[in-house]
Amino acid sequence: MRRVLLIGATSAIAQEVGRLYAERQAQVFLVGRTAEKLEAVAADLTVRGAKVVGTVCWDARDWAQAADIVARARHALGVLEVVLIAHGSLPRQEELWHHPERSVEQFQLNATSVVALLSALVPVLQAQRRGTVGVISSVAGERGRARMAVYGAAKAAVTAFSAGVRGYLYPYGVKLITIKPGVVDTPMTAHLPKNFLFASARAVGRRIYRALERGAPDILYVPWWWRPVMALARLVPERLFKRLRI
Amino acid sequence: MRVHGYLSWGRYPRLYPAAVWRLHWRGEALPSVPPGMSLLPRGYGRSYGDCCLNEGGLLLDVTGLDRFLAFDPEQGLLRCEAGISMAEIVSFALPRGYFVPVTPGTKWVSLGGAIANDVHGKNHHRAGSFGCAVCAFELVRSSGERLRCTPTENAELFRATIGGLGLTGLITWAEIRLRPVETAWMRVEVIPFGHVREFFRLSRESDAAFEYTVAWVDVTARGKQLGRGIFWRGNHARREEAPRELPRRRLRLSLPVDAPEWLLNPWSARLANALYFRLHRRREGIVPYDAFFYPLDALGQWNRLYGARGFVQYQCVVPPETAEGAVEELLERIAAARVTALLGVLKVFGAQRSPGMLSFPRPGVTLAVDFALEGEKTWQVLAQLDACVRAAGGALYPAKDARMPPEMFVHSFPQWREFARYRDPLFSSSFWRRVTRGLD
Repeated sequence: MRRVLLIGATSAIAQEVGRLYAERQAQVFLVGRTAEKLEAVAADLTVRGAKVVGTVCWDARDWAQAADIVARARHALGVLEVVLIAHGSLPRQEELWHHPERSVEQFQLNATSVVALLSALVPVLQAQRRGTVGVISSVAGERGRARMAVYGAAKAAVTAFSAGVRGYLYPYGVKLITIKPGVVDTPMTAHLPKNFLFASARAVGRRIYRALERGAPDILYVPWWWRPVMALARLVPERLFKRLRI
Repeated sequence: MRVHGYLSWGRYPRLYPAAVWRLHWRGEALPSVPPGMSLLPRGYGRSYGDCCLNEGGLLLDVTGLDRFLAFDPEQGLLRCEAGISMAEIVSFALPRGYFVPVTPGTKWVSLGGAIANDVHGKNHHRAGSFGCAVCAFELVRSSGERLRCTPTENAELFRATIGGLGLTGLITWAEIRLRPVETAWMRVEVIPFGHVREFFRLSRESDAAFEYTVAWVDVTARGKQLGRGIFWRGNHARREEAPRELPRRRLRLSLPVDAPEWLLNPWSARLANALYFRLHRRREGIVPYDAFFYPLDALGQWNRLYGARGFVQYQCVVPPETAEGAVEELLERIAAARVTALLGVLKVFGAQRSPGMLSFPRPGVTLAVDFALEGEKTWQVLAQLDACVRAAGGALYPAKDARMPPEMFVHSFPQWREFARYRDPLFSSSFWRRVTRGLD
């Protein structure tokens, strides 16, 4: 039986991953911001076959709580076989430019909290010498863009830090997958105009589940074609890139 | 927001909402709208006409409400959010020894939509309509009230909401009673028949021994072959007669683009009907549940076969006393007209009444036929059919309708005024405005 820790469990993508684990009667521990939503997700996963061994309400801006959350999940699950870090927030950048405190808050929510969580997870995973961690970063972390300055910077931090943790845990047999979705049709992106680039949360959730079960690849682009797209995007010289309104 | 993806299954009429609001959590409040703008809940858009459209208003897309709340494996009571699809309920229930109590011909409908249209299935003569299996639901009104409705609690709203076309408020979750089954397979008999008279005979002799009965009719055949067709009757297979495992998942094909409009015309329709009739021989066997219940789901987006013009389905019910004569007359009129008509379906409804105030299913015989939209001649034929149905004391089905005149609606649902008292003042649909225009 799989033992799974889902952080940001009420996000659309994490719910889809949770449902796939529920079909296998996994034990799950759920962390999310809002009690009411967490309850709805816990009930859904329970009916679908999961054993929900605990839920914790956590506001990811409160990064100091991260160690406590990991300890509680570890206690409830026994072993952390699968961990998915899926929480996040996509702020409207134009509303952040003149509010430095909000920029910092968004950075804490998207990046600092992940650093805190992974740091708390490292000793546990090191000791148990197994497990797979999925960290949802974003293709937005590959280049700084005016429209997503704070979000992109936070995701860049998540990408780089998770790569560091992957290297550190490698000798211990622990896998870490940095997940880079493109744009996904979820409540987080509700305010963005939709186009052909959008993927469904269900398809993205399925792909992530498969990767978590295989423990590979190290860096997962979902859908896959974002990998060549971003490879090209990285080649554009900054002199040109800064002029692009994308 | 992409409002252009929100048409109905017949893709006629092409009426667009001013905006779409997607719901993700059942506890969310309804959005506030500017004065004069109406709301309408919307699932997967499988209604054929305009009862899932709200031109110039707001559509509440409930497909994000797709969670389970509770399941009682002893009683078979399942509680889930209203946007969950029948497909998802079926694939949840089968491995646990249950099936949905009533299912329409497609599994891509939402639970909320199944209640709001009080859908029926091949087992109507036994189980009644979907509303008969609904135990409870939560209704959110535009006033902000959240009401638990059951046959005894808020009983009037319970009755008004079943078959209420989404006009009484938003259903957030519902509890239904599943039907226990031993396997995911069906024991089915296929019986071709040469004239519609034989359909009535087959129905009479089958309805007692078979839980599911339905017939396809060739609506283009005339004279001695009038209403020839194929009769299916089946029961859930028992454990000892079916394979142990669940059926394999079907390949899912889908039409990626609209077919050209010339593809389906009166002649090709006649040919297709005749071929389909000749392809069937009398046989008996064990088949997977989805081949029996959802044959059309094998081809996704099949509505594109009709091309960009779209199509309408005409579905009526006529009471038992007048049924045989009326069905023959309807078939004669359709076959005599030079229109593109396909997919005729006949089914005898049983006597079990639905709790729904505005429910369509009632004792008698129901006929459903798809018509490609070919301008004035299509409307003229449908108006002739209206006259037959009316003379026979029958009714039309709102979930399929895109064109019935208000008189026909009033004739079909004389209780509509009582229903109108329970309608939420801020909820409306293009269908409702169309069929109540000029009435007061």
